[in-house]
Amino acid sequence: MANTYTLISSNVLSSSAASVTFSAIPATYTDLVLRITSRETVTQNSIILALNGDSATNYSRTILLGTGSAAVSARESSQTSLIALYDEDASFTANTFNSMEIYIPSYTASQNKPIGIIGVSENNATLARMCDTAGLWRNTASLNQIVLSKTGSNFVSGSSFYLYGIKSS
Amino acid sequence: MATTYEPIATTTLGTAAASITFSSIAATYTDLRLVIVGTGTTNNTYPLFRFNSDSSSLYSTTRLSGNGTSASSVNNAGTGLLVTINALLSDTIPSMWTLDVFSYAGSTHKSSLATVSADRNGSGAIERAVGLYRSTSAITTVAAVMASSTFATGTTATLYGILKA
Repeated sequence: MANTYTLISSNVLSSSAASVTFSAIPATYTDLVLRITSRETVTQNSIILALNGDSATNYSRTILLGTGSAAVSARESSQTSLIALYDEDASFTANTFNSMEIYIPSYTASQNKPIGIIGVSENNATLARMCDTAGLWRNTASLNQIVLSKTGSNFVSGSSFYLYGIKSS
Repeated sequence: MATTYEPIATTTLGTAAASITFSSIAATYTDLRLVIVGTGTTNNTYPLFRFNSDSSSLYSTTRLSGNGTSASSVNNAGTGLLVTINALLSDTIPSMWTLDVFSYAGSTHKSSLATVSADRNGSGAIERAVGLYRSTSAITTVAAVMASSTFATGTTATLYGILKA
């Protein structure tokens, strides 16, 4: 039986970049998995996810966030993009990158798309982040483009982005 | 490279169903992963996960939940893995459920990890759960059984096998 967890595309940054784009994503898989390690150039900035260039208020999320000293839950509705990870921070311990997995099931289905995200930025310091996100993209179009960006910051050189496709048959 | 992540079976419901079952699972993998995307025919329902058609009191879970306002954790013992209490199935907005079952063919009790992503744009929740099935038998059947109501038409479920070598 064929292996069904297949690398579609990857991008390991050789210089800092404000965004990373995966475009022309084929519709031949069932689910998508995006695995990221990254760090940013300024303090307390978030990773933003935009799909198919959609900047309408079609994104929402419910999060479960642990900071090392507290656990909280929060929600954002009708947003123009999806925050994938809070406060990735240039002040974190040097040479420490956050890790994140974004799972998008049934990405070609003509229905709203649930999105599961887990992101962590443990850095052997008092402040850290573990953010578990239930995202929703209220768009019935087949997903063919993913853009990850920073708000007022850049991903540093060495940040890596791997997009995989999973087939159910 | 050896194939390590394979679909064992998949189903898309053509009619509403009270449960989704994968049976006759071969013991040739190391771990199992179940992914469900769908809705319920009634709002705010949820499935239990059961193994080997066993509905005895051999299941327990510890859940970590966020409902958009507060975070909480609770445990549960029962006749199936109860992986959510806040992140429930909507009857209109699809949610994602994943269940990883580790060393499912071994002769020790079976541990698992579940996630539920169920945002509804203004409501909904997220949950993670660790589960335990206190049976030493190899798992050959995995079922998602609705506690009430049914999975809606169009709900998809796929069972994957993961090989260590």
